[in-house]
Amino acid sequence: MTGTNEARDGRIGNWKVGVVTSIRRESASGRSITIDVPGWGGNIAGQHTDVRLTAQNGYTAVRSYSVASAGVGDRIELAVDRLPSGEVSPYLVDTLREGDELELRGPLGGWFVWTPEQSESVQLIGGGSGIVPLMAMIRSHEASGSTTPFRLLYSVRTPLDAFFRAELESPTANLEVTWIFTRRAPSGCSRPAGRITAADLEAHGFPAALSPTVFVCGPTGFVETVATALVALGHEPNRVKTERFGGA
Amino acid sequence: MVQHIDGNALAGPLSDLFTFDPTTASARCAGCGDVSVLARAMVYAEPDTLIVRCANCDDVLMAIVQAPDRFCIELRGMTWLKIPR
Repeated sequence: MTGTNEARDGRIGNWKVGVVTSIRRESASGRSITIDVPGWGGNIAGQHTDVRLTAQNGYTAVRSYSVASAGVGDRIELAVDRLPSGEVSPYLVDTLREGDELELRGPLGGWFVWTPEQSESVQLIGGGSGIVPLMAMIRSHEASGSTTPFRLLYSVRTPLDAFFRAELESPTANLEVTWIFTRRAPSGCSRPAGRITAADLEAHGFPAALSPTVFVCGPTGFVETVATALVALGHEPNRVKTERFGGA
Repeated sequence: MVQHIDGNALAGPLSDLFTFDPTTASARCAGCGDVSVLARAMVYAEPDTLIVRCANCDDVLMAIVQAPDRFCIELRGMTWLKIPR
């Protein structure tokens, strides 16, 4: 397989070798990883990459991870949450060190993306590490100077589980952030801890009448609950873009 | 029971075979006639197999099996595939 791919230079599907340049802890179970990937060539906000790990006996495991960064260049940031039964994420969260090499292919996927040319309002709804591609959109929005209104609903178990907490606690003028805590809310939070509901979407999301583009990313159950509620609230199904990553 | 994901996950595996982005390609379901981008399809992933199902009627649109020496793609479930260029 590899041999065949190497013969086809320039394909997105070619595996590239990246080098980890820095690692930052995001939560008890997650961290962000910055990687230099020669040949990556930049990516649009929302795209993902496949990461391939190869064991000494030749066994390989491939998993997809959203890219938290956007723009030109060969340096990308991933943010990964450890799935206890996972084959790849425990290695990325617990073992990988700065200077280590990692095989990647991408940028992948041109559908779950936001580009600065889009002028409609944007509603982002993330569950857990589903924040990652949405963070790339937030960063792209800010970097491009876009004044399009953005709103984010970010659902996490507890405040300690939030990724990109510092960045999201001081959002820019065109971004409004609403936190949903599902297991433990911080003191002073008026909303009791609990899973996201249609009432949360109605209270904090852009109304359907505004025809926002909505991006929903998270575990499959979260995405399907939210997407169903959005359509019930009158959002056009075609304006609701979803990305499921399985999990709980 | 495998937890399904969606057609966004096809981008990597199919990049081994095709130069187009499968997530933005639209397919017409041979079962119900629904036309949708593959990103919206439901995907049931096993280590060497991807089953792609119509989000509207759950019929199989496409099956991709990766063996050590070949890929096998079954496309009986779609009438056509439209690829933006």
